[in-house]
Amino acid sequence: MKNIKIYIVCFLLSCAVKAQQTPATKQSESISIQGATAHLGNGKIIENSLIVFENGKITYVGENVSDKIKGTTIDASNKHVYPGFIAPNTTLGLVEIGAVRATNDISEIGEYNPHIRSLIAYNAESKIVESMRPNGVLVAQVTPRGGRISGTSSIVQLDAWNWEDAVIKADDGMHINWPDLYSRGRWWLGEEPGYKPNKKYDEQMTELQAFFDQSKALATSKTPSKHLPYQSMQGVLEGSQTMFIHVHHEKAILEAIAFAKKNNIKSMVIVGGDDAYKVGTTLKDNNIPVLLTRTHSIPKNEDDDYDLPYKNAKNLVDMGVLVGLQNSGQMERANARNLPFQAGTVAAHGLNKEKALQLITENNAKILGIEDTMGTIAVGKDATLFISKGDALDMRTNQLEKAYIQGRDISLETHQTTLYKRYSNKYGH
Amino acid sequence: MKNLTTTLLLFLWVVYSYSQDYFPVNDGVKTKNTTVTVFTNATIHTDAKNIVKNGMIAIQNNKILQVGSKFALPENSVIIDLKGKHIYPSFIDLYTHFGVTLPKSKDNGNRNQEPQYDASREGYYWNDHIRPETNVLTSFNYDATKAKTYLDQGFGVLQTHFADGIARGTGMLIALSATKKNNERLLDDTSAQFFSFEKSKLSKQAYPTSLMGAMALLRQMYLDADWYAKGMADSKDLSLEALQKNNSLPQIFEAGSRINSLRADKIGDQFNIQYTLLGGGDEYERINEVKNTNATYIIPINFPEPYDATDPYLTSLLSLGDMRYWNQAPSNPGILAKNKVPFSITTYKLKKIASFKDQIKKAISNGLQPTDALAALTTVPAKLLGKENELGTLKKDAYANFLITDGELFSDKTVIYENWVLGKKHVVNPMNIVDLTGNYTLTVGTTKYNVALKGKPNAPKATVKLDTLSIKNTVSYKDNWLTLVLADTDTTSTNFTRLTTRVSSDGVFENTKAIQPTGSISKFSLVKNQETTKESKKKEEASKSIERSFTSPITYPNIAFGNTRLPQQQTLLIKNATVWTNETDRILEATDVLVKDGKIAAIGKNLRANNAVSIDGTGKHLTAGIIDEHSHIAAAAINEAGHNSSAEVTIEDVVQPDDIDIYRNLAGGVTSIQILHGSANPIGGRSAIIKLKWGETAENMIYDATPKFIKFALGENVKQSNWGSRSRFPQSRMGVEQLYMDYFSRAKNYDTKKKAGLPYRKDLEMETLAEILNGERFISCHSYVQSEINMLMKVAEKFDFRINTFTHILEGYKVANKMAEHGVGGSTFSDWWAYKFEVNDAIPYNAAIMHNEGVTVAINSDDAEMSRRLNQEAAKSVKYGGISEEDAWKFVTLNPAKLLHIDNRVGSIKVGKDADLVLWTDHPLSVYAKAEKTIIEGAVYFDLEQDKKQRAAIATEKNRLAALMIAEKNKGLKTQVAKKKEKQRLECETIETIY
Repeated sequence: MKNIKIYIVCFLLSCAVKAQQTPATKQSESISIQGATAHLGNGKIIENSLIVFENGKITYVGENVSDKIKGTTIDASNKHVYPGFIAPNTTLGLVEIGAVRATNDISEIGEYNPHIRSLIAYNAESKIVESMRPNGVLVAQVTPRGGRISGTSSIVQLDAWNWEDAVIKADDGMHINWPDLYSRGRWWLGEEPGYKPNKKYDEQMTELQAFFDQSKALATSKTPSKHLPYQSMQGVLEGSQTMFIHVHHEKAILEAIAFAKKNNIKSMVIVGGDDAYKVGTTLKDNNIPVLLTRTHSIPKNEDDDYDLPYKNAKNLVDMGVLVGLQNSGQMERANARNLPFQAGTVAAHGLNKEKALQLITENNAKILGIEDTMGTIAVGKDATLFISKGDALDMRTNQLEKAYIQGRDISLETHQTTLYKRYSNKYGH
Repeated sequence: MKNLTTTLLLFLWVVYSYSQDYFPVNDGVKTKNTTVTVFTNATIHTDAKNIVKNGMIAIQNNKILQVGSKFALPENSVIIDLKGKHIYPSFIDLYTHFGVTLPKSKDNGNRNQEPQYDASREGYYWNDHIRPETNVLTSFNYDATKAKTYLDQGFGVLQTHFADGIARGTGMLIALSATKKNNERLLDDTSAQFFSFEKSKLSKQAYPTSLMGAMALLRQMYLDADWYAKGMADSKDLSLEALQKNNSLPQIFEAGSRINSLRADKIGDQFNIQYTLLGGGDEYERINEVKNTNATYIIPINFPEPYDATDPYLTSLLSLGDMRYWNQAPSNPGILAKNKVPFSITTYKLKKIASFKDQIKKAISNGLQPTDALAALTTVPAKLLGKENELGTLKKDAYANFLITDGELFSDKTVIYENWVLGKKHVVNPMNIVDLTGNYTLTVGTTKYNVALKGKPNAPKATVKLDTLSIKNTVSYKDNWLTLVLADTDTTSTNFTRLTTRVSSDGVFENTKAIQPTGSISKFSLVKNQETTKESKKKEEASKSIERSFTSPITYPNIAFGNTRLPQQQTLLIKNATVWTNETDRILEATDVLVKDGKIAAIGKNLRANNAVSIDGTGKHLTAGIIDEHSHIAAAAINEAGHNSSAEVTIEDVVQPDDIDIYRNLAGGVTSIQILHGSANPIGGRSAIIKLKWGETAENMIYDATPKFIKFALGENVKQSNWGSRSRFPQSRMGVEQLYMDYFSRAKNYDTKKKAGLPYRKDLEMETLAEILNGERFISCHSYVQSEINMLMKVAEKFDFRINTFTHILEGYKVANKMAEHGVGGSTFSDWWAYKFEVNDAIPYNAAIMHNEGVTVAINSDDAEMSRRLNQEAAKSVKYGGISEEDAWKFVTLNPAKLLHIDNRVGSIKVGKDADLVLWTDHPLSVYAKAEKTIIEGAVYFDLEQDKKQRAAIATEKNRLAALMIAEKNKGLKTQVAKKKEKQRLECETIETIY
């Protein structure tokens, strides 16, 4: 068995070394994309557009006028340009193969781990990471899991040599898993399966509050402290770091909001938020955005509308809440490339297409606090964008021809396209 | 009274001695009693139907001597006058484990134990959960305390058994009597043979891990018993001998739910056994199906308590189905009776036996006739036991088991006085006590009090008022003497007024005596007031009207989004749609499709039909319904993981027609699915291929003349890389091959023997494998890497058959040419990968490459979520590998139909094929498309408009039921905490999630 393990590890290493695409080099000359339908990511479209970028930054967006063209031109008539899609709350690069424990760096032991940083475990050379790019997913928030406080996430771009190279915003947010109001019966111990009120809720809440109190107390201390977890809470307490609260139930969301107020948290985001639509006005009034449970999921309750997960985003948008989409859940890493189709499904169930697009571009950038460089196609922002043959929210037509991250012309090849080509050649197709 | 008691005592003592008349006596002289006790002037309910008014009943020893309106008193008669009272037969409960301590699971929640695969016993059946040799007598201890609780409720005879295991052995019939001994109480030591689907807690043997495994095991057990009876076995099997020996007894099956009753009945039908079925209380939901079993039922009456619906957040956890069950369940016995389903009632599942009367009353106020209730407790169980002349009836030579009551049994105020069992009296409530409850004026000296006596006649409680002031008091009423002690109005003083009086048999207070705090003694008067109980009556009626104010409609299935009426076949004319035919006509613009008698009747322009319902298809797309080759919804079990081969099990046994995922799949345009066994073992179980006819029974969902399929599996799951044990063969891909070689070689020998007409032991596993060898059953094999795919094709070729489908087949692209050559199809995921090592080389271009090599390709879900969007998954083949839209669409319609051998009926829009159709709001491969109507055989099973109406109706009904529950709570009734129920997992989570 040991031999097998070693063998597996060696094999993986050898794959890792061989198969990855080389990160693109820095943008050296200006690029002009001409004639495309530009989906700006802010809800607007420019038909027959011109987009120019230099040194990684967008310098022109507008009508296709010849005097603005610079450097290499790319004819994108009848094609579409989009800002790179942003995937929040992912575990990309933290796990390579779900069932192989050795490849798993997703969570740490213990309940309160604010000092844990996902960034340093991020594998920039993951085969899964590179598979995001052909679908237009170019930016991700890499997030640890588990415990009451999982740790800090960081935001990376998906074409890099290493994590330092990849980082867009280090340690952007702290992730808290809200105590469950309802707990599940442990059927393997003979308990009734299903959900009942969690008897430990109060105890868990007290514990969480105490942890915040302790962390605050540390800030006022004059002697330098060596308590890593409390120290790591300072960003959230000062407001330089966003507090991401992973919570679903209506009442729990209200509790989380009250908690944030009580603790003077300046920047807070609800992650998941299945029931957020029931408290939409409260969220709006408190300026709390929601990173919604993946569209492609089954309704949680038997009696729910079949399309509840599909239309949830629209419900919230209509109430004026800032909403983004994320994709955590089963097989979340491999599936993260389907983020555009999750947005497409929202459009199928009533939201305007450009607004649906906004959910994974501008809104996600705002929620993650990277809107000054990412999320829309606008002058001064990073040239992180791509050209698709057709509507990128529809799987039939999401066909990328070119993609750029910070102006770099990145490869759209992957482990998977390599195998595709190898075997197509074998059969002479 | 005193005399009577003495006589009775004497009488009983004599009876006691009599019944042991061949036993030596050492404590006195040996006597034989011939005294007869005669009860006169009673209303005798000789059984549920017949009444003798003003009748007589004579009993001697433990039997009834005579019953009639008038007969000559026998010699030696003691007479008991029961004027105004009623006599009923005592009750019988067929389903208890009275006097038996059941084993507890040895598991202790430890999920990391190595499973035990083999039996732990010797000389018995090969599976430890088959224990027909068990005789409850060996573990029986008469439990007098428990017996009293039964006696108090009116039960005289219980059947008890050792409720453990799948075949549980024989039960016995015990009469409840505190003073008798088991030799008298025991009416029958082998009264019935018991079965269930639950494993024994005495053994850790892994097989069966699932409901369908238990069902297969029962079948194999019967086959083996037959084979053993014919003398074919060369070793001893005490289990099979016992099973055979007891096969003429009543066969009682603990099914525990309506749907499991049907499952048990199906097994019974195969072996000419009519089980008596312990139901679940939910029979009313599909009463016709229940009636069609022709079985007698044993029905529990553990009606649920209302949920506490006061907290709206908590209440949101409740499903409409659970709320309805609370509302509807008390009507179950009444509905059974109305539909003439024979049933007996059991106390089984009641938390407290003492709540029996309340529950029966609830059933009666919800439609059960009292006579039917009585029959269900007397004649029906007696008949079932073949003892209709001895039990459950009052006639000559029957056991002297009867109740004396003060009125009609089950009516609100009726009290059971005595429960006589085997001619022995058990006092429930003192018979001759005068009921003093009521309002009185008490006069002591010049002081007048208002006294209200409430509660039980033999233990009343008093509220005493002096004007408006409440006076503390204690009251006792015993042996015809009433004592009342009143405290002073000043509660700090120790001045008490003591009152005592004798109560005559006609309720007159005589010998009254009041002792004042001062010590002075006088008489007092206690005079009953006129009835002023109007208020309480009002309250009672109010509560009744709440109960009856609303009964939820029963829908099919009886949960949210069920229909009150099953969707009906209609003549439909879909006009002016874009029609994706999947045939040589390809995609037809602006075309009409006529549906008649469940079939596609015509395709063309400007079609007309009389009486057709016209559907405007302008701007919409009409396609054949989506077919999911690999699904696990709508099943009560998925994996039988107890053996490395489970070819004997079939998902058809466990189709669960009330799974909400069926409705959700319809909303995604899915009309047919194959429910596959999981991938826990190399040879899995047989499939069910069903149409998603929401609301229909499991049987009606399964295809007629359904093609036969079985699941096989390769790779990490079957070698248990990520779950299970390290002791089950195979643990490597090398072993997997040899396992197939072994099973198919054996199946070949088996089949040869069978075809040659030689005697053979019928083996369900071998029967299934022989079907594969004979080309009658097809394999759909879970597979990932190329080596194993190649291997299985070679194994099949060696045995001269072909693999039908590789499912998952994520490395199919690496051996697509070999697959095409072998003739196997590929049913794959669009883009799943990276979840385990063997899918590291999975690519989303797989479907395209296989298709281009000439393999019949389908895209499947294997997932209740993805199956709702299989149109989108098919569309990914356009993105990955550039498949044409027409071909991509076939990946989820015609091609899976071909792979499942149902393309003669479904999969394309062609005249004569089943009208399984979907009308889409948009291009069906577009992410923006929604299914607007999903039609199966001409009946509309999903309709966006209808769905909208249902949503509103669900919200209204839930609100109404919540209000009713709150009303119950306000009445002071006990409630239970609201909770969200989950689909029950049958064994361990790992096993159930290995797909």
